[in-house]
Amino acid sequence: MAYNLKQVIAEKPSRFTAGHRMCAGCGAPSVARMVLRALKPEDHAVISCATGCMEVSTFIYPYTAWTDSFIHTAFECSAANTSGVEAAYKALKRSGKIPENEETKFIAFGGDGGTYDIGLQALSGAMERGTDMVYVCYDNGAYMNTGIQRSSATPRFADTTTSPAGKVVPGKMQNRKDLANIMANHHIPYVAQSIALNNYKDLYEKSEKAIYTKGAAFLNVLAPCPRGWGYNTEDLMQINKLAVETCYWPLFEVIDGKYIVNYKPKNKLPIEEFLKPQKRFKHMFKPGNEWMIKEFQEEVDRRWEELLNLEEITNK
Amino acid sequence: MSIRERLSGNEAAAIAMKQINPDVVAAFPITPSTEIPQYFSTFVSNGEVNTEFVAVESEHSAMSATIAAEAAGARAMTATSANGMSLMWEMIYIASSLRLPIVMSLVNRAVSGPLNIHNDHSDAMGVRDAGWVMLFSENNQEAYDNLIMAHRIAEHKDVKLPLMVCQDGFITSHSIENIELIEDDKVKAFVGEYKPEEYLLNKKNPIAIGPLDLQAYLFEHKTQQAIAMKNAKKVILEVAEDFEKMTGRKYSFFEEYKMEDAETAIVCMNSTAGTAKFVVDNLRAQGIKAGLIKIRVFRPFPAEEIAKALENCKAVAILDKADSLNAAGGALFEDVTSAMYVNQKQVPMVNYVYGIGGRDTTSKDIEKVYTDLDEIAKTGNVSDPYRYLGLRG
Repeated sequence: MAYNLKQVIAEKPSRFTAGHRMCAGCGAPSVARMVLRALKPEDHAVISCATGCMEVSTFIYPYTAWTDSFIHTAFECSAANTSGVEAAYKALKRSGKIPENEETKFIAFGGDGGTYDIGLQALSGAMERGTDMVYVCYDNGAYMNTGIQRSSATPRFADTTTSPAGKVVPGKMQNRKDLANIMANHHIPYVAQSIALNNYKDLYEKSEKAIYTKGAAFLNVLAPCPRGWGYNTEDLMQINKLAVETCYWPLFEVIDGKYIVNYKPKNKLPIEEFLKPQKRFKHMFKPGNEWMIKEFQEEVDRRWEELLNLEEITNK
Repeated sequence: MSIRERLSGNEAAAIAMKQINPDVVAAFPITPSTEIPQYFSTFVSNGEVNTEFVAVESEHSAMSATIAAEAAGARAMTATSANGMSLMWEMIYIASSLRLPIVMSLVNRAVSGPLNIHNDHSDAMGVRDAGWVMLFSENNQEAYDNLIMAHRIAEHKDVKLPLMVCQDGFITSHSIENIELIEDDKVKAFVGEYKPEEYLLNKKNPIAIGPLDLQAYLFEHKTQQAIAMKNAKKVILEVAEDFEKMTGRKYSFFEEYKMEDAETAIVCMNSTAGTAKFVVDNLRAQGIKAGLIKIRVFRPFPAEEIAKALENCKAVAILDKADSLNAAGGALFEDVTSAMYVNQKQVPMVNYVYGIGGRDTTSKDIEKVYTDLDEIAKTGNVSDPYRYLGLRG
C-alpha cells in the first residue's frame, strides 16, 4: 500500500463536512471524517447512523453534514438498517436497476450505547449474516448524548451520572465489555481496534481495509468526550496518545481469525498517566484510594497479556 | 383464466408475495405468521423470485431492515403477528414518518400477556394511530386480493405510506379454503414497477433521511402524513375499481351485507364477518331485517361513509376483537360512534368486546347480539353500551 498519507488528506475532499454541531474537542467527528476519507473517490456510500451524539449533531433538519446517502432511524438498529440497504443493493444490482460497474459501500456508525448495549443484537445479527458492510463504533465510554450515563463500555471506577462516585460506591463497579473480541468471535473477515493518532495513519489504513474487505467488518474506535471524561478540549490528541501508550486501548487487527497487535509500546506507561487528566477518575487519586489505581492497572495488564497471547496462538 | 386453488391464508399471502416478487423481504418467525416467510424463503431457494431474503434476528431488525431497504430504492415486504408487532412498534412509526410504502402482512394474534398464540385484534389496534394504511380481510381470498392491491395504494404519489394487510391468525391463516388466484403476468402488470423519485442507492442524487426534526418542522411533517392518509381514501377506491375490472371482485371501504333495508346491524372486521353473514341469512329467512357492515379499510377510517351506511338503522352493535381497557369501549366502537356523532346521525349503538385470545365466536353468539339489538331498537335505550360477548359469567 504505497501512498502518501499527507497527500491523501490534502487531496481527497472530506465527505463529512464542516458545520456540524459536535462539541469542540470531541473525538467522534475526526473518526467519521477519516473513515469516509478511506473511500475511493469514485465509490458511492450509504451511511447509517444510530441515534446518538453523532446523529443529532450532524443531521438537524434541514441541514446535513453528510455528502453521501445517509439514513438514521432509531437507536438500536444502525446495523439492521445497513443490512436492509445492502440487501436492496444486491437485489437492484441483480435486476439491473443499478449499473454493473457502479460500486456502493455500506458503513454504519454507532456510539458505544448504540453498539455495545442497545444495538448489540442487531450488530451481532448483521455480522453473523455476513452483510457486506463496516460497522464503526465510536466508543466514548458512556451514553454521552443523554448526559453521561454509564454503558457497558464505561471503564471501572469512572464517575458517570448513573454510576456517580459517591461516599459508598466509588463510581462504576464493573469492568468494561471487550466488544472487539466479541466481534472477532463472530469469525468475520476483519475486526480492528483503532484510534485517531499520528496523523490518523492507523485509522485511515484500517478503515480502508474494513471498507474494501468483502463481507462483514467491525471497527472499534476510541473517541474521547471532553464533557464526559473531563479533559481540556485541546488535549484530545494527547488523551488518545496516552490511551495507546498505557495499553488501555491497544491497536490491533483480527484478519480472518489472526490477531495482529499493531503497536507495542517500548515503555508501557503507567495507567495513572491516562487517568490523571480526566475528571471522571479524579476520586481515584484521593488518599486511601490507591487500590483503585492498582486494580485498574491489573485489569489493563491482564487484557494486554491476553491480547499478546491471542496474537501468538493465532499465528502459530 | 384465473386459477382455482385451495390455500390457507398464509399460503395465499405467500403466493401474493411471490407474484409481486419484491426486491427485499426481511422477516422473523412468530406464530401464526411464521409460514409466510417460510413459504417465501422456499420460493427464494428455488429461484422462483428475484428477492433478497434477509433472515433477521428479531422483528425490530425485520422492520429496520425493511425500512432501510425501501429507503434504498427497493420494494420491501415483511410479515408478523402480535408480540412481533410489539417489538417493531418503534419502527412502525418511523416507517410511516419516512413515507416508505412498505407492505406487511399482519396475521392477527393476541398481544401478550399472558402469552397466547390465538387470534384477536390487539396487535393491530395497538398501531392504529401509527400512520399505516390498514386493510382487513375476511378470508384467504381477501388477504390475497388486498396484498395484490397494496403496492398500488401505498406507492401512489399522493399517499406514500406503509400498508398492512390483516387476516385472522389460525382462523384464516391456517384454514384451507377455495381461492381464485390471478395469473402471474396479470399481477405483474397490475402491481407495476416500483420507481421511487428519491432513494439512497441513487449515486447521482444522494439523500439523507431520518433527521433530528425539531419544533420548527415536526408539526408540518406530521401534518403531511395526515394529508397523505386522507388522500389514501380516493386512491384505495381507484385501485379497487381497476382490480374489479381485472377480476370481477368488488372492493370498497367496507362491505355492506343486506344493509339496504336493515333495521339492526353489526359492524365487525375480519373472519367474524363470515359467521355474521350466516346469521344474517338465517334471520332474513325469518323475516328479521338484519344487516352487516364488514370494515375492510380501517385506516384511513371511512367515517363519513360509515355514518351514511348506518343512518337508517334502529340499533347497531360494534364488535371489537380487542379490549381497549379504557372503561369506555373498544377502538372500533369509539371510531364508529364518533363518526355518527360528528355526522349528526343519532342511532343507538352498543359495543361488544369478543373473541379475546381466540375465544370461539359461534353463530349463537352473533344471534344473541341481533336479539339484543331488537330489544334496543324497540326501546331506543342502551343502558350499558360496553359489553362482552362469549365471556364466562
